[in-house]
Amino acid sequence: MTRFTALIVALFATVFLPAGAARAESLVAGLSQNAVQITATFVGSEILIFGAIKRDAPIPEGDMGVIVTVEGPSEPITVRRKEKRMGIWVNTDAVEVSSAPTFYAIATTGPFHDLVSENVDKLLHISIPASIKIYDRSQVEDPENFAEAVRRIREKSGLYKLDEGGVTLRENTLFDARIELPANLTEGTYETRIFLTRGGKVVTETVSSIDVHKVGLERWLYKLAHEQAVLYGLMSLAIAVAAGWGASTFFRVFFNS
Amino acid sequence: MQIYLPIAEISVNAYLLLGLGGLVGFLSGMFGVGGGFLLTPMLFFIGIPPAVAVATEANQIVASSFSGVLAHLRRRTVDIKMGIVLQTGGLLGAGLGIQIFNSLKAMGQVDLLVKLSYVVFLGIVGGLMFIESVRALMKSRGGAPMPTRRRHNWVHALPFKMKFRASGLYISAIPPLMIGVVVGILAAIMGVGGGFIMVPAMIYILGMPTKVVVGTSLFQIIVTTAFTTMMHATTNHTVDIALALLLLTGGVIGAQLGTRVGLKMRAEQLRVLLAMMVLGVCIKLGLDLLLEPSEPYSIGPGGH
Repeated sequence: MTRFTALIVALFATVFLPAGAARAESLVAGLSQNAVQITATFVGSEILIFGAIKRDAPIPEGDMGVIVTVEGPSEPITVRRKEKRMGIWVNTDAVEVSSAPTFYAIATTGPFHDLVSENVDKLLHISIPASIKIYDRSQVEDPENFAEAVRRIREKSGLYKLDEGGVTLRENTLFDARIELPANLTEGTYETRIFLTRGGKVVTETVSSIDVHKVGLERWLYKLAHEQAVLYGLMSLAIAVAAGWGASTFFRVFFNS
Repeated sequence: MQIYLPIAEISVNAYLLLGLGGLVGFLSGMFGVGGGFLLTPMLFFIGIPPAVAVATEANQIVASSFSGVLAHLRRRTVDIKMGIVLQTGGLLGAGLGIQIFNSLKAMGQVDLLVKLSYVVFLGIVGGLMFIESVRALMKSRGGAPMPTRRRHNWVHALPFKMKFRASGLYISAIPPLMIGVVVGILAAIMGVGGGFIMVPAMIYILGMPTKVVVGTSLFQIIVTTAFTTMMHATTNHTVDIALALLLLTGGVIGAQLGTRVGLKMRAEQLRVLLAMMVLGVCIKLGLDLLLEPSEPYSIGPGGH
C-alpha cells in the first residue's frame, strides 16, 4: 500500500511541477458562451476562450505554454480495415475502440510536443492520439494503425483539429484562442480544458464545459423519433404519401397531363 | 441554404438534396426502380451516416413511387393483381433472405462471394438485355415488322393459372411468386430494393408489356419500402424526417416527369436505357470491389 502511494506520488511529480511552483501560478479563464443551441439553420459556431495567468511571485524559469482543448462527448466505435483478398477489396480486420471523442479541438501557443512530454500527455490524455482509447489491444497486431485511421478520417471531416499557434499569449499573462465548432456537431457536454505548461510539465489546469443541445423543431423531432417511434414512422409515411399525391394532383391540374 | 438535420446531426445544403431527390425520382418514374443504388453512395459522400441514409431513403422511395404509381394508374399501366402476387413472394423472400444472410455471415468470407456473384449476375442480365433491346431497336428502325416475342414458353405450362388483365396475360401464379421470392432474397442479402432485377424479370420471364412493368414495379416497391421505413423508425430510430422531406419534395416531382418521359418513349428505347443502367450499377459495384480504396479504414458505430 505504501509502495503504491509512493508510486502515485512519484507519478504526479513527473506530471505536475512541485507544489510550491504550482501555487505560484494559477489560471483565470472564461468562455464567450457556455451553451450552443442547434437550430434548423445551425451552420456551426465559434467559441472564444480567454483568460489570464495569475502570479504571486516573479515568473519562474522555463519555457511556458498554454494549451486549450475542447472535447465533445466520447463514444465507442468500430474501425474496419479493407484488404485485398482473392483480388477483391473487402473488410477484414476490425477493432473495437473503447472510447473516441466525437469532436476534439486543440489550440496551443507552440509545437505541441515542445509544451508537454509524452508521459504527461499519456496520463492526462491531452493530444488527439491520447484521447482515442483502445483498451483491448489484442484484437489485431497493429491497433495503433486503427487509432491513427480514426484521427486521419476525423481530421479530414473537420471533427478533430490541432492548431499549433492558435493560442495568442500576450506579455506572458493574457491569452485567448478561437475554436470553431463545425456544423456536424453531436449533442452533449463539451469539456473545455486549459493547461499551463512549463518545461514539458503541467503547472496548472482549469476545466469548464459548454452545453451543446438542439432546440425548437430539431429538439421536438429528435425526441419524437426516440420516444414515439411508431408515431414518428407513421408520420414519415403520411408525409411521403401526401407528397406523392400532391405532386400527382399538381401535375394533373396545372399541366393537364 | 444550409439546414441542420435533427437525426443525421449534420448541416446540409437544401438545394443539393432537392436536386438529388429529383434526379432519383426521375429514374424511378421512368424505369420503375427505387433508385437506392444511386442515392445511397451519394448520401454517404455528403456525410450522412450510413444507417440514417439507408432508412431515410426508404421513406423517400415511398413518396416517389407513390407519385409515379398515381401517374401510371391514370394511364392504366399498373397491374395491381400482378403487383400483389410479386409482393407476396417478395415478403417471403425477404424473410428467407435475412435467415440466409445471417447463416452466411456466420460462415465468414461468404460475404465476398455474395457480392461477386451479384456483380456477375447483374452483368449477365444487363448485357443480355442490352443486346436484345439494341437488336429490337435496329429491326424496328429498319422498317421490318416487329416479331412479337414468343408468348408461349415454359411459364405457360404451369398450373394455378390466373388472369392478369392489365398485362394481357393468362399465366400460372407460380413464376411471378418465384420472381418475388428471388428478388426478396437478393434484396435482403444485398441491402438494395431490387427494382432493377424485378423489372427485367417481368419483361423477359413473364413477358409483360414494358410499359405495364414500370407501373407495376413501382406499385410493389411502395409496400416494401413502407415496411422498411417502419422497421428502421421503430428499431434503429434512424429515419430523418427533415432529410426525407428535402429528398422527397424533389423526388415526387422527378417521378412525375420521369413517368411522362418514359411513356413517350418506345418500349425498345426504354429497355436499352434500362440495360445501360443495370450495366452501370454492375460496373460501379465491380469497381468498388476491384479498385484500391483511397481510405482502407472506415468508422462504424461501436458494439456489435
